[in-house]
Amino acid sequence: MARKTKEINIDRVNRTLINMLQGGFPISKRPYLEVANQLGISENELLWRLDIMKTDGIYSRFGPLYNAAALGGAVTLAAMRIPEERFDEVVNLVNAHSEIAHNYEREHYYSPTLFNMWFVISTENSEDIKVVISKIEKETGITVYNMPKQKEYFLELKLKV
Amino acid sequence: MDEVDRKIIAATQDGLPLTPSPYATIAEEIDESEDIVMERVQSMLDSGAIRRIGIIPNHYKLGFKANGMTVWNLSDTLIDELGDKIGQLESVSHCYQRPRHLPDWPYNLFAMVHGKTRNEVLRKAEEIKSLLGDAVDGHDILFSRQILKKSGFRLQQADKPKTEVV
Repeated sequence: MARKTKEINIDRVNRTLINMLQGGFPISKRPYLEVANQLGISENELLWRLDIMKTDGIYSRFGPLYNAAALGGAVTLAAMRIPEERFDEVVNLVNAHSEIAHNYEREHYYSPTLFNMWFVISTENSEDIKVVISKIEKETGITVYNMPKQKEYFLELKLKV
Repeated sequence: MDEVDRKIIAATQDGLPLTPSPYATIAEEIDESEDIVMERVQSMLDSGAIRRIGIIPNHYKLGFKANGMTVWNLSDTLIDELGDKIGQLESVSHCYQRPRHLPDWPYNLFAMVHGKTRNEVLRKAEEIKSLLGDAVDGHDILFSRQILKKSGFRLQQADKPKTEVV
C-alpha cells in the first residue's frame, strides 16, 4: 500500500484520539484499555494507532509533560540576531547544547526581521540558564537576548483537529 | 525530587511506554513497584511537576502550517488585565508577559497563534488587536520558517537528545 508521507490522512478515530489525549490520561493499571473503551475500539488498536502516529510524526511525544520550574529547574525563551551568512554555523553551535529544548527560525511580518532565531533553554538547575547563555555568547560572538516569562496568562495547549 | 522521581523522569523522557500496563513497564525498567510508580506520577501531577499526561501534536503535520508568535507593546498598568483576556481566546495557545529589550525590542506580551494558513493567523491577530484597543502601541507577528530543534526537556545524563530539522 503506497503511502504519501506529505499528505497525512488523519481518520476520524485518530482525530478523536488527538483531541481526547491532550490531557487527563489515566494513572491506572490498564490506562490504554480505559481510553479504548471510551472510544469504542480495542486496546490493541489504540496502541497500534498511537504507534503509527508516532512513526508518522503526527505527534512528537505522548506522556508526562514535565514542568522544569517545578522540578527546581528553569525554562526561558531567548532570541538571537544571526547574519545570514552565519546562520547554519550558529544554529549548529546553539543546538549542540542539550539544554536547548526547542529552536525555531522566525521572520517578522510587519517590520524587517530583527531576531531570526528563537529558542527555549530548559535546565535542571535554574542557575544554569545564565551559564548556557554565557557559553553560547562566547562560542558564537553574538548577543543572546533573554526573554523569561514574567507572567503566564493561560497555558492551554488544546489544539482541536 | 528524589532518586525514584529522577528514575521515573529519565524513563519517561521519550514518552509513556505503549504497553498495556505502561506504569508496570516503567517499574520493571527502574526496579521499583508499579504502585510506587503510579503513586509518584500522581504526586508529581498534583504538585505541578508534571503539567499533564498527554500528547504533543505536531501542528504542522496536522495542517496548521502557520505558527505566528504575535508580540505586543502594552501599557504596563493594563498588561495583566489584558493578558488574561488574550489568554482566554480560543485562538491563543499560550500567552506570556516577557521583558522588553529597548530600544530595539519594545514588546512585552507574547501570544502564540496557530492557523491553517498565514491569513488565518493574521485574522486571529486582528481579533487580538481590536480587543486591546488603545492600550497597544505597536505589535508584530513572527512566523516560524523552520523548526531547527524540537527535543524537549532532557535530564543531563540522558542520551544525546533527538533533533528534528525540517
